[in-house]
This record gives sequence, C-alpha cells and structure tokens, in this order.
Amino acid sequence: MDSIEVKNLTKKFGKFTAVDNVNFQVKEGEIFGFLGANGAGKSTTIRMLCALLTPSSGTALVGGYDIRIQPEEVKKHIGYMSQKFSLYEDLTVEENITFFGGVYGLTRTAIKKRMPWVLEMANLRGREQSLARELAAGWKQRLALGCAILHEPKIIFLDEPTGGVDPVSRRNFWELINYLSEKGVTVFVTTHYLDEAEYCNNIRLIHAGRLVGEGTPQELKKKYITNPILEVECEKVVEALEILQKERWVLETSIFGTRLHASVEDEENGRVQIKKVLSERNISVKRIERIVPSLEDVFIHQIEKQPEESARQ
Amino acid sequence: MARDRHTLILMLIIPAFLLIMYGYALNFDVKHISLAVYDEDRSSTSRDFVGNFYRTEYFDLKLYLGSISEIDDLMDRGEVKAALVIPKGFSENLKAGKKASIQVLLDGSNSSSAHTAAGYVSAVVQNYSAKILTKTLMKRGLAPLQLPVDYRPRIWYNPELRSAKFLIPGLIAFILMVILVVSTAFAIVRERERGTMEQILVSPLKPFELVAGKTIPYIFISLISAHLVLLVGQLLFGVSIKGSYPWLLVVMFLFLTGGLGLGLLISTFARTQQVAFMMAIITTLLPTFILSGFIFPIRNMPVIIQVITYFFPAKYFLVALRNIILKGGGLSSFWDQILFLIGFGVLSISLATLRMKKIKEQGIQ
Repeated sequence: MDSIEVKNLTKKFGKFTAVDNVNFQVKEGEIFGFLGANGAGKSTTIRMLCALLTPSSGTALVGGYDIRIQPEEVKKHIGYMSQKFSLYEDLTVEENITFFGGVYGLTRTAIKKRMPWVLEMANLRGREQSLARELAAGWKQRLALGCAILHEPKIIFLDEPTGGVDPVSRRNFWELINYLSEKGVTVFVTTHYLDEAEYCNNIRLIHAGRLVGEGTPQELKKKYITNPILEVECEKVVEALEILQKERWVLETSIFGTRLHASVEDEENGRVQIKKVLSERNISVKRIERIVPSLEDVFIHQIEKQPEESARQ
Repeated sequence: MARDRHTLILMLIIPAFLLIMYGYALNFDVKHISLAVYDEDRSSTSRDFVGNFYRTEYFDLKLYLGSISEIDDLMDRGEVKAALVIPKGFSENLKAGKKASIQVLLDGSNSSSAHTAAGYVSAVVQNYSAKILTKTLMKRGLAPLQLPVDYRPRIWYNPELRSAKFLIPGLIAFILMVILVVSTAFAIVRERERGTMEQILVSPLKPFELVAGKTIPYIFISLISAHLVLLVGQLLFGVSIKGSYPWLLVVMFLFLTGGLGLGLLISTFARTQQVAFMMAIITTLLPTFILSGFIFPIRNMPVIIQVITYFFPAKYFLVALRNIILKGGGLSSFWDQILFLIGFGVLSISLATLRMKKIKEQGIQ
C-alpha cells in the first residue's frame, strides 16, 4: 500500500487556484521531495495532506486515512514540522519536548522514555535546560523535528525544514532524514533548495499549482533535458546573457552565479558560436564546457515551458 | 508562564495600579472651592456671614478683595472659582428686619462642579437665613420656631456621597474588561505569529481543548487580578463588599468568560499583534468607558444609544457589581444581569469556536 495517495487534489482561494488537480503516490519509506519556487503551492499542498486545510476538490489518503473524511485519524498518524520551527521560545528544550509529547497524548512515562532519544538525535544532550530561543537555527531545527516525531509516526511532513540553516547543519539534517527513512518512515519534504533535492528518492516539481516534472533525480535529468547544456565562464555575465538570449540557436539561458548555462541544439556548433558572438562584443570567454544538467537546469527548463502565470487566475 | 513576565505584570499589577491612580484622580466631589470675597459692608455681621462659608470644607477663603473689578481678572485666570459680593447696608438691613441681598458669582466653565457649588451656596445661605429668623422670633418672645417640614435626607449606600464609592465598581469593570481582552487577544495572536498554533493544530488536540487550554489560565489570572483590585479598593478607598461574596465570584467569573470569548474572537481575525491590540482596545476601551454606566448614566442617553449599550457586557456586570458591593443586594436584584452575562459569554465563545472552524477551512495566515 502506498503511504500517501493524492487524487486530483485542488485548492482554490476565491478565484486564485493555489493547487491545481495534483496527482501522485508516495511509497512507504520513501524520501519524497516536493520542489518549487515560493508561491508554487508546496505549503498549501502539505497543509492539505496534514488535514490542516480542507481541499476545494479531490482528496488524498495519508496512511490509509482520507484527509476529508478522517482528518483526526490522519493527524494522529503523522508528524509535521513547519517552516517556522514552531517551538515555544520561552520554554526550555526539555519543556518543549514534554509539552508536545503531552499534546500528542503521550503519557509521562512514554515521554520520559523518548526524551533521551530525541536529545541524542538532535545533539542537544547537556542543553536540556537551555531556553529554545537561545538555540542557534540548526539546533532549533533538530529540536523541532524531534518534537514532531515524539509519537513515532510512520509518515512525516517537513515544510522547508532547512530554511535559514547553515550548510553543515543542513547536511547533518539530511543524514537524519536518511536515517529515519531507513527505519521505514515515509518522509515528505518540500524545499526550494534544488541541491537538496538530490537526496530524495522521488521528486515532483510544482509550479503555479501544477506538477511540471516527476521522477527520481536521475530520471528527471535524462527525461527533460535532451539538448546539451554548455557552461560558459566569462566576464560581464549579465551582458553576455542578454546577447546570447537573442540568438536563435540558443534555446535557454540562465545565470548560475558567475557563470552562464546555455542550452544549445548542437554541442560543437554551440561552442564555436558562443565564442564568436561574445568576442564580437568584446567579452572574453575563459571556458566553455558541457555539463551534466543539475536539477536546477531541469527545473528552469520545465518552468519556461509552462504557460504564463496568469493562467492560474 | 512565569517566564512571560510582560503579560503577567500586565494582568496582575497594572489593574490594581490603575485603580489607585484613577481612584485618587477621578473625583466628582467638589471641595475646597477657592472663594474671593468683596465685603463692602465690613461689619461684624458680614464677617460672621462669610465665616459660614469658609468654615466648611467646601469653600476655601482665598482673599478679601479691595475692589469689585478684581473679580473678573481672578476668575479669568482661574485663581478663584467663586466670588461673594456683600453690598453696603447688609447688616443694617438684617437688623431692621428687611431683606438683605448678596451676590454670588461662580465659574461656570465646568458646569457640573458649578452646579454643585451653587447648591452649597444655597445651603449655606438658607441655613444662615433660618438661623437669623429663629433668633429674631425668639427675641420677640415667640416660642422657638420649628421649621414646618423637617427635611433630613439620608443617602443610602454612600452616605457621604463620596464619588469614589460610585466610581470604584465601574473602575473594576473597566479595568478588567480592557486588560483581559487585550491580554487574551495578544497572547493567542502571538502563538499564531510564532507558528506554534499551527503545530498544535496538527496534533490530535481538538479545537475545543485548545480553546479551553488557552482560556483557563487567563481566567485564573484575571480572577486574581480582580481580587487585588478589590483589595486596593477596600484598603485605600474603604469600599468593602456588602453583599454575598460567592455571588460576586459567580458574576466575575461570567464576566471574565465573556471577555475571554471576545479576546479569542478578536484573535481569530487579527494576524499581527498590533492589529489584535487595536481591535481589542476599540471594542473595549471606549464602549466600556462611555456606554457601560461607568461614569455617564445610561438613562440620560438617547434611546438608540441605550439600545446599543445592551451589547456591552460591562453594563450588566456593573449593575450586578454595584448591587453586590454597595447595596448588598440578594440574587433577586441582579438575576437578570446574570442572564445577560451568561448570554454574552455563550455568544462570544460560540462565535470564537465557529471562527476557528472556518480557519481550518481557509487555513491560517
């Protein structure tokens, strides 16, 4: 049985369609990534799956329970961690754990048993008495996760769990997620950090409320990008971008930091043309290299294929 | 909760503090009215007459004037609030058994205190007249005259007509209402801003449990605050509870619950703490101050406004409160107020719960 089954899920706020007829399945123990820009519909989707928000139409089965008919059952069997790491700032680490344990109906003994595990996992041993507001973002994040899984749910929903956290902490956090996945917990993650998406087993790309891509990270890169992508290292990147955008044989362009990614029809021709066009305008090219597309390339490619944002209203 | 010091201080100490401040500051008693006297007669009789004024605590003799024109300037500047002019011939007329007239000038810019002052003046003058009449008649050998109608007003519940007693129950209602609604709305909106509200909503906790969990501690604290206010009222202003204390508790509890419902309702509408604060203040401060009967009697208001006053629970609370504290009345005198209070409590909490359900549909934020 699939852990999560989403069927034609739609959410409208007045005339605005936040989530448009979304369908997908998540297997047990999978790390499922839901990728998209801000405002794409990720948080709305996750809220519906957590029975925090009622769908306009369509439904979903989470852990076998229907989110429309049995929302309370759904809530009992899932864990949820919001973007804001909802913790009580004026309570200590220990008090937060105790409080959320109580909210989930755990008895005092159960909480006592669980507490060391959570502290260990969050690397907060020795800091039980620190006030939550004194913790750095990385620790808050882990504590929030710990509080979300006190009742050992089989499915957890993490809404942008790594926002505002340093790269090392982020990496550690993903190791944690992997660990949970290995234990059979289904992890549903939303993020707009596409590099993190590489850690997921299965991905859905969402844009303007619709799914625009699906598959494993490898599949995504193969499926959607058929044209070679050249990475161009040169000076005056913005100017170069504008120049290349005007050329017919350049299919897509985007800036990646100080470099350009250009999608061309033919690799060799592309290399030659780029050098020529840019040097005509006095921009010297340091390096042109074909690269393996990253998920970001895939994502941008997919988005640019979509009709205008206004179609959503 | 002990760590949320700001809210705790707000709820416990400030109400009692406000009572102290306003209890002393708000005073309708008109005493120590500064009086200037222009005595043209300068007789022992006129001096005796003037003495009747300043020997009471109602008037303070500020100065004897040299000329009548000084009065204008002094009144304009507010240095005196009343002026007494005794024309030449005052004592002569009295001795001759003729009518003696005097002039009293009052600063009418504060009409209510001028009114009261005029009343005092009347009283002093009447008293003096009666004394003279009695003396004169006795001199002529008639039996000591008794005034045909002996009028002795007894003012119940507040014999000295001290305005503090009138104000304090109102102040208690006013303070509790405002502080309560503001604190509740504030606290809950803060949870929303932080995101902990969302976290709790995902849990198996039922909305009703959430509401109860949020309201019960605040009711408790408000009750403590109310008792502190009563204590201050007793110690500093001599206002003690004449009636039944258990009923007082019941009435307070009902009032607080209604206020909490209102605070909750506001918190479902407001998205930031600032908006919550503003909404709470608008729905409690002015309405309670003006429309609850706290200072301005409702009976004097236009009918439409009187109808509007029915929407504000402070009005019912105040009637019941004054009944219990000042009059010592039994249940029969305020059972209808209790019904209104129950009605308001039920209404506000139901509305709040309905709003929370709607939030589930539309999501928070």
